[in-house]
Amino acid sequence: MRRLVTDTLVIAERNLVRLPRAPELLLAFTVQPIMFVLLFRYVFGGAISTPGFSYVDFLIPGIIVQNIAFGGFVTALGLNEDLHKGLIDRFRSLPMARPAVLAGRTLADVVTNGLSATILIVTGLLIGFVFHTDVLQALAGFGLLLLFGYAFSWVFAFLGMLVSSPEAANSVGFIVVFPLTFISSAFVPVQSMPEPLKAFAEVNPFTIVVDAMRSLWLGVPAGNNVWGAVVWSLAIIAVFSPLAVARYRRSVGQ
Amino acid sequence: MSEGPRQAAISVSGLEKSYGAVRALDGVDLEVAAGTVLGLLGPNGAGKTTIIRILTTLLKPDGGTARVAGLDVVRDAAKLREQIGLAGQYAAVDENLTGLENLTMVGRLYGESRATAKQRGNELLERFELTDAARRAVKTYSGGMRRRLDLAAALVANPPVLFLDEPTTGLDPRSRLELWETIERLVAEGTTVLLTTQNLDEADRLATDIAVIDHGRLLAEGTSDELKDRVGGQRIEITLDDAGRAEAAMRALASISDDAPEVAERLVTVGVLGRGGAIVEAVRALDQEGVPIEDIVLRRPTLDDVFLALTGHAAEVDEDGEGEGEAKP
Repeated sequence: MRRLVTDTLVIAERNLVRLPRAPELLLAFTVQPIMFVLLFRYVFGGAISTPGFSYVDFLIPGIIVQNIAFGGFVTALGLNEDLHKGLIDRFRSLPMARPAVLAGRTLADVVTNGLSATILIVTGLLIGFVFHTDVLQALAGFGLLLLFGYAFSWVFAFLGMLVSSPEAANSVGFIVVFPLTFISSAFVPVQSMPEPLKAFAEVNPFTIVVDAMRSLWLGVPAGNNVWGAVVWSLAIIAVFSPLAVARYRRSVGQ
Repeated sequence: MSEGPRQAAISVSGLEKSYGAVRALDGVDLEVAAGTVLGLLGPNGAGKTTIIRILTTLLKPDGGTARVAGLDVVRDAAKLREQIGLAGQYAAVDENLTGLENLTMVGRLYGESRATAKQRGNELLERFELTDAARRAVKTYSGGMRRRLDLAAALVANPPVLFLDEPTTGLDPRSRLELWETIERLVAEGTTVLLTTQNLDEADRLATDIAVIDHGRLLAEGTSDELKDRVGGQRIEITLDDAGRAEAAMRALASISDDAPEVAERLVTVGVLGRGGAIVEAVRALDQEGVPIEDIVLRRPTLDDVFLALTGHAAEVDEDGEGEGEAKP
């Protein structure tokens, strides 16, 4: 157990140390989300009606959740690259704790997700977003965001170990994340969607998490959304972390 | 761990592994004495990398047993990982970390403290002449520097058994030579090495014993000289002045030949299995018989001949390749 903790920290450190040296990754964490916020706020914002809120207030909790999901891409790509470059072979030949490579990777994601979310919040505040709740609730929202991001990192860790190439990881990621985030309450009110999409959107965990964020940041009545979001996150971790670790144990580099 | 004066560092028996319908290993037996080098020679897809993967606990065999440093590769996998080092053709180091960061990371994953791992990393960098590049990201390294770092990473825990999967594939001749010297030093210090290669010079130079495998089977095992003797030992090739004197030459050479001399026009070939001075005897016998010759040479078979004779095709030919052995750019 002690080995698991130290090995996980070693791997997390590795993933964080290399980050500033991979400018393309850093762009993905910073410039890209800002670009999305500005596009939605100023291109679509005028056309989307969000009764009770300004669009920027509606948008920020939604886009920040989508951004967290996209953050998982880096995990899938990074792990797949490690697999192909033989690094996973090296790690697996070392007397380290088996889950540490994935646990370290997902732990590092929490840090980068936190960084990325902070950048988005600051951008939001600059273009008119306002927290409608108190500091504690706002912080709880941030915590929920990191928990959900952590859960999604495990989904992507599994994907990254599963697919055959970084390119495949990229396309599978897009195919998963785009529909899940767009057919949710992230960008438009669910009520505006046609019936079949609406039905999907209402059970989509992204809708539940986004609604939970809106209740914690904007003071929308929460219903069961906050607990629902926590349960969804824990369930995703419970399912995907064993899957990813099992996959890692059997993985074979090229 | 006390099986006579030279215990086996690696012993493999009846190893089998299939990928779907492809039989990658079809009952392989191997024995590597401690402190020696076994060169695993074979074309792409022969099963070399599969053997390394099983012996380094990356892959579970379907059948047979394998012990490394006295530990079973399946049952004692966790303990075994502390006793082995693996370096491969892909130079598995993190390109975005510096040389020192890579080695420190590996050391800590062997369970060392940060300070110890860093100190060991610095020692290894110095030994592999990478000190100047210690604080540079690996992506700025040359191919030879990466391989040296990869090898250094395999040595972090001073493992008694080292596995090298095509360690010099894709290297320029100078870097290759440097790496060979490094490996020779390690062996001189007592490390047991199993290396796979498609390069016959590499096997000839580094390996104590050579095992030739193809299609997942062991075709032959022995020292380089033994293998060469097996495909026919030494041969004397004599070019006669006059093809009409071939019969007289055959008569003269009958006494020194191990098998029936072969004649093709003016060229007479005589097998002289592992015997010194045969060329002098041949010249004397021909002189006594009064057969003038134009040229006479002693030809030793090369590992190339061995390889060709055993596998039916030349080495370094990408035949069917199952993703093994291809150097990545």
